[in-house]
Amino acid sequence: MTTTTCGPSSTAATGSAPAVTGSAPAVTGSAPVAPPGTRERTQRRVRDGLGTSADRPDGTPKVTGAFAFSSDLHDQRMLWGRTLRSPHAHARIVSIDTSAAAAMPGVVAVLLAEDVPGKATFGLEHTDQPVLARDVVRYEGEAVAIVAAEHPETALRAIRAIEVTYEPLPLLTDPAEAATTDPIHPDGNVFRTLPLRHGDVDATGDVVVEGTYEVGMQDQAFLGPESALALPSDDGGVELFISTQWLHVDRDQVAACLALPADQVHLTLGGVGGAFGAREDVSLQVHVCLLALATGRPVKMLYSRAESFLGHVHRHPARMRYRHHARRDGTLVKVEAEILLDGGAYASSSTAVLANAVCFAAGPYRVEAARIDGQVVRTNNPPCGAMRGFGVVQVCFAHEAQMDRLAAALDMDPVELRLHNALKPGDAIITGQRLTGTAPVREVIEAAMAHPLPPDPREDEPAIALPGGAGLTARREDVRRGTGIAVSIKNLMYSEGFDDYSTARVRLETSPDGEPFATVHSACAEVGQGFVTLAQQITRTALGIERVVLHAADTGVGSAGSTSASRQTWMSGGAVQLACDTVHHGLLERARGVLGVPDEPLVLEPGRVVDPATGAEVAIAQLLRAGPLEATEEHHHAPTSTLDADGQGDAHVSFAFAAHRATVDVDPDLGLVRVLQIATGQDVGRALNPRAVIGQIEGGIAQGVGLAVMEEILVEDGLVRNPSFTDYLIPTALDMPSVAATLIEQPEPGAPFGAKGVGEPPTISSTPAVVAAIRDATGKALTRVPVRAQDIAFGEAGAIPPTAGSTSAG
Amino acid sequence: MPIARPTSLDDAVAVLADDPAADVLAGGTDAMVEISFDHRRPRHVLALRRIDELRQVTTTSLGVRIGAMVTYGQIERDHATLLPGLAMASRTVGSPQIRNAGTIGGNLGTASPAGDALPWLLAMDAEVELASVRGTRRLPVAAFVTGPKRTARADDELIVAVHVPAMEGPQHTAKLGPRNAMVISVACTAVVLDTAARQVRIGMGAVGPTPLRAPDAEAAAAEAIDWDALRADGTAIAAFGQACAAAASPIDDHRSTAEYRRHAVGVLASRSLTRCLAA
Amino acid sequence: MAQDHREQRNGAERLPLRVNGDDVEVEAAPMSVLADVLRDELGLTGTKLGCRAGDCGSCTVLVDGVAITSCLMPVAQAAGRDVTTIEGLETDGELHPVQQAFSDHNASQCGYCIPGFIVAAAETVANGEVLDREQVVQSLSGNLCRCTGYESIVDAIVDACGHGTDREVAS
Repeated sequence: MTTTTCGPSSTAATGSAPAVTGSAPAVTGSAPVAPPGTRERTQRRVRDGLGTSADRPDGTPKVTGAFAFSSDLHDQRMLWGRTLRSPHAHARIVSIDTSAAAAMPGVVAVLLAEDVPGKATFGLEHTDQPVLARDVVRYEGEAVAIVAAEHPETALRAIRAIEVTYEPLPLLTDPAEAATTDPIHPDGNVFRTLPLRHGDVDATGDVVVEGTYEVGMQDQAFLGPESALALPSDDGGVELFISTQWLHVDRDQVAACLALPADQVHLTLGGVGGAFGAREDVSLQVHVCLLALATGRPVKMLYSRAESFLGHVHRHPARMRYRHHARRDGTLVKVEAEILLDGGAYASSSTAVLANAVCFAAGPYRVEAARIDGQVVRTNNPPCGAMRGFGVVQVCFAHEAQMDRLAAALDMDPVELRLHNALKPGDAIITGQRLTGTAPVREVIEAAMAHPLPPDPREDEPAIALPGGAGLTARREDVRRGTGIAVSIKNLMYSEGFDDYSTARVRLETSPDGEPFATVHSACAEVGQGFVTLAQQITRTALGIERVVLHAADTGVGSAGSTSASRQTWMSGGAVQLACDTVHHGLLERARGVLGVPDEPLVLEPGRVVDPATGAEVAIAQLLRAGPLEATEEHHHAPTSTLDADGQGDAHVSFAFAAHRATVDVDPDLGLVRVLQIATGQDVGRALNPRAVIGQIEGGIAQGVGLAVMEEILVEDGLVRNPSFTDYLIPTALDMPSVAATLIEQPEPGAPFGAKGVGEPPTISSTPAVVAAIRDATGKALTRVPVRAQDIAFGEAGAIPPTAGSTSAG
Repeated sequence: MPIARPTSLDDAVAVLADDPAADVLAGGTDAMVEISFDHRRPRHVLALRRIDELRQVTTTSLGVRIGAMVTYGQIERDHATLLPGLAMASRTVGSPQIRNAGTIGGNLGTASPAGDALPWLLAMDAEVELASVRGTRRLPVAAFVTGPKRTARADDELIVAVHVPAMEGPQHTAKLGPRNAMVISVACTAVVLDTAARQVRIGMGAVGPTPLRAPDAEAAAAEAIDWDALRADGTAIAAFGQACAAAASPIDDHRSTAEYRRHAVGVLASRSLTRCLAA
Repeated sequence: MAQDHREQRNGAERLPLRVNGDDVEVEAAPMSVLADVLRDELGLTGTKLGCRAGDCGSCTVLVDGVAITSCLMPVAQAAGRDVTTIEGLETDGELHPVQQAFSDHNASQCGYCIPGFIVAAAETVANGEVLDREQVVQSLSGNLCRCTGYESIVDAIVDACGHGTDREVAS
């Protein structure tokens, strides 16, 4: 059960009287949001506009099975593509013999590195990953050859018939050794080293706590495996239907590797079965297009679950050493941290992930000084890149554990300690950047704490409701309860000077029945988050019409950027709004002509334009008789700067905050956990679709809970041990806690509609909150996630004792 | 590949007599994964689904005969009173969808060390009924499961049923995994108290190459229990857990560690015994 | 690592199936996975494949009214039986009550897992079971969702089982 409060923070976050009771929540609806330029009169009556919980336009096809995911695409003439992958984590390719495979009946093409006509490598930030390995493979699963065949079974047999002779090379699997080991790639083993020095780095506190923390490799584990259909086009180019997060960056990489001009590579979004960061990098895009061009026929590729686990990037595993200095009153003096991220074999977005880890290493707290040393390195482990929370998940686990240790050392309440140090508007984070926008850190903490705790355990609790669930392993007397809190800060959108933008085209016209309708054309990848709903809501509110059609997302319009970094509501929502504004101005211009009032301020109302002075009006449909109105606009966010040699700079656009309070039942003997409830306060700016926001919060919490207690890609000598849903476990319905959420609505200056992105924060601080709760229940130190049963059953007890007055050591 | 879908047991064993290499398909929940992942490429499949006589649960004065094609779902829905321990174990199997397809005979045939029904069958001294054109024979589960995914079934034999003796007394099963549902067992226990014979029996799963009994632990616990009151003191219950842990021979793998499995099976054993005594 | 995908067409047999009330004949290798036959031979792509190992529940269909994972059923085992897929739940263009509840609760995000949940829940509803929230949660342990955290899905099914949901979100 989820209880939800939405509304202005003045009512929702006072802490004393939350608008929620355990079983029958009262909900305060947020007022519709007025976008700039249109104001109240237009959305007073428009249905399903901004601020409402409008339905998804794809809601019905998704419940009938009619919605076409990229894996559902089909062409009568299509071939099936398949990838041969390296079984070794590091090896030299001595020889490849494709003759047997190529000779098999039904096999149409077998391609190797030398068949890549253009750029031999791809990558999001650095193009260091071969399209197909030529001489060396650097991780298990690296693509070596691709085939196209008439039937998937034939394609499978064909890749098995390819004879590759490998000569195993020494493995680099310990990230701590990467910087000093012989390079395993011409670009070296260090992707980025990022020092940050803030304030008096020699300052010391009265109380010092330190700890070492580890985060395991999490996977996005979306349900719909990678898939695509590529068709050769008449102009010698290629048409690609693909589930991805960023059509244009895929297009540019495909075009470069195929040696085609960008305009001969056309991408259309196929239905996306979840993403969470894993579809930001190229996986099969280049391969499937290569096969289509080589064969002159449509080619479909569809990864198996195991291949999906090997074929996309994961969350960076992290090792972190922390030391917090504070005064006796709890004031943070300095945070020191060494952060080491394992980037795996190729760069992906590692450098940006590291920047996030370093910039937010101290969390959402005011701290006078910081000395952070971050590094992300190359190893022969699986490549890592984007996953929801992007570098902040790792450090949040560490800094929140540190805050609890500090609270223990100070004999202070952990919530009090956090409130005492909570960032507020005008404060600077450790990069020296001042918070010029909203920063309701206190409010999110108070809102999370204000929710009622779950009911006390009952004597007659059925065993299935206890830790161990369906296995019936525990009795009530075996179980201890604990609670914990954690708080997070996350940057929204891209950072470090990246000129991020999104494009949208809006066309307003009349249908054959004479009704006005708008078409929104955006390349924004809908991956489930609900941008399609939002685009309709924005357009309805801005143009005063109900019928809004979404053009397929494709590269026929400018880039929308990636569906990542909690950025699409702000970036593509902003672009849709700008395009609507231009169309809106065009409508008013026409109305002034029709009404003969060249200078009057006219008002757009649902279905018509009105002259408030005279009451004269003209229907939108009539204004469109002169033809459609169309506008294409780009939306850029405010510029950011790079980080200097000390990691200082205004590198981020905006920040969002969240607090999570977890309540868990733990069976300490067996080490099993049941997360009962997550109470959260989240800074959302404005909730443009409250139900969709809640959906993001619940889904994000599920992934945070997963990292806390079960999710890990197990890698041994560079080999993945659990590439299946049998052994890579994600939470089931029985593992999901109830969620009590309060949305803190303080409109963000500079943000379209005042809305902040909401996708990532729920995933970030939910993990440390759960672990804090397990510590509370068990007294175990638990410095690594996911927390395994044996960590609880056998783990070291207690917090590491504070070393009062100790001097800093780097 | 050819698939034989006989409707009678006689026809089925005839198929195996003709082609002892044929793969037997029961509920498919293990076999189809192997086939899909290309770990197995059967030339010839014998599908048992149409053989109604394999889907019966029958009771006699001696006990219960469970047809090989009886699903976990049937057991938990229809036979929980008759087979309480097996019903408990069945509820821990996979998901509702898997329980609708997976069969008791299939669990025996796969003979995974983590097979969810096996500890209880072992604790009950159940016997596997095997049929071939040569006749039928019965083997105790302990003799039937010879190693990890290995059984004493001859290639031309079919598992047709498992016989569970009638037994008075409480039973409890527990299964441990790293998620609250739908997991492969990291350790599991089935404890049955035979109040008539005044015996304690335990089957332990996922802590050895085959499901294991713990005879020393069983004997000591039987001594320690006050059978009239069905009670035992805490020391005896703890000792039972420790003795069960000592009898386990678990391994390290990607699902857990040997150390943890040994510890966990001891805890589960104690708790299952406690539950039986409290019941 | 690589997974077999489907059986090759050689060795195909003509098999009678009854799918969503229609009698059809498919030409397929008898050990082909039912989900593949539904998707590729009959074009019923509403049934999704997420793992081919019975772990995710995305391919759930009803066979003789019983929910099974169609990735683990050879098509030969479905021959002559009544198969219901997500496409077969609508009647006369009207959404099935479970579909309607999912729609009302906006329970889909990416939506990939949703047909499997709906078909599994349709079995529950068809059995006339009135489940409380905990029982609904237990009935869903065979279906994975990565987007929603299950909350809206559970709400929808509780609703479809005849209970009012106990939470509301402002709209």
